[in-house]
Amino acid sequence: MYNFTYHRASGLRQAANLLAKFEDAKLLAGGQTLLPTMKQRLASPSDIIDLNKIDGMAGIELKGRNLVIGAMARHADVAASPVVQQAIPALAALAHMIGDPAVRHRGTLGGSIANNDPNADYPAACLGLAATIITTKRKIVADEFFKGLFETALASDEIITKVSFPVPKKAAYQKFRNPASRFALVGVFVAKRPSEVRVAVTGAGASGVFRVGEFEAALKRRFSPKSLEGLTIPADGLAGDIHGSAEYRAHLVGVLARRAVAAAG
Amino acid sequence: MPAVSLTVNGKPVKATVEARTLLVQLLREQLRLTGTHVGCDTSQCGCCVVHVDGKAVKSCTMLALQADGANVLTIEGLATGDKLHPMQEAFRENHGLQCGFCTPGMIMTAVDMVHRLGHELDERTIREELEGNICRCTGYHNIVKSIAAGARAMKGDAAPHQAAE
Repeated sequence: MYNFTYHRASGLRQAANLLAKFEDAKLLAGGQTLLPTMKQRLASPSDIIDLNKIDGMAGIELKGRNLVIGAMARHADVAASPVVQQAIPALAALAHMIGDPAVRHRGTLGGSIANNDPNADYPAACLGLAATIITTKRKIVADEFFKGLFETALASDEIITKVSFPVPKKAAYQKFRNPASRFALVGVFVAKRPSEVRVAVTGAGASGVFRVGEFEAALKRRFSPKSLEGLTIPADGLAGDIHGSAEYRAHLVGVLARRAVAAAG
Repeated sequence: MPAVSLTVNGKPVKATVEARTLLVQLLREQLRLTGTHVGCDTSQCGCCVVHVDGKAVKSCTMLALQADGANVLTIEGLATGDKLHPMQEAFRENHGLQCGFCTPGMIMTAVDMVHRLGHELDERTIREELEGNICRCTGYHNIVKSIAAGARAMKGDAAPHQAAE
């Protein structure tokens, strides 16, 4: 790892100012992706701005019909939170499936979605639940937030502060793990909301998380695994690599979507 | 160079480190606590697991500077004098190790598991919880047995070693 200047931010405004000031600065949240990336010298920021000592960024609360989770909430805390388990059990279950226990003690919600790894779990939850990403500058709906592989709508000096998840009628996440990395080879998040059904897919898209309109329309007519029988998505535009071809991933999307609908009940 | 002060195994420690110094490097290279191992250096193998403020983390994937003010417990802090911690004793009793390289991380993960999930751990739970710890000799079977036995043994233990957390 190349050396850098370390800044321990004590407040969000200070962190945002430092981020604006140094062109090659990076924010450090849980560090479970950033630090390994820096070790491999795939990233070599001049400055690291550590968000871990900023108070009040890891809260979890139900505000009316929205579950609001601070950007620095650790995966382990989201998974174990009675508030999350009660309001959106699928989200608690998803957080529990990320990485391993030690990684979940460090990794954060904000870090995961800011990184937008195409195989990460949280982007599927944000898109599937129609979450709103709240930053130091504005509110961004999930449909506008994820822009491609490791790309988001965030400006270079913008920090995610929390994410607001509207509580759905029901939801479930199904993940098919890559047996080596344990990341999602494909993951499908299904949510039945008062006004719509959403089906969000991670792991499969060549440009990151996406929704499956045809599945959503079928499920809106009737929320049952049977509604998806015979429906498939084309392999065009899906990721294919040594871990699985685009055709295999397309097949998994259908299987996991049906399982998710069944699991949502 | 930046300074860091923290508590390691109950003792206050001050050190100067480079910004890029990892917690595991501080522990091993400066504090000479070489029980914490580096297996993969990519946060997969779990040989470097220590407890930071009572939670198991991979010390190869945390900066030393991030541990400022923290309470760190390593494998060296578990035993009480010559008396092994019940989880260490269980690994010895159940032949939970061969080469021993992964063992410190396995034991720190196991103790964290007991703190979170209690003393009655079934095989499935233990195997799932060991997701982030890799052993290349034993095939896990005796590690799982060790953890189940150690978890039960910790029940009757007065646990003075947890004072460090």
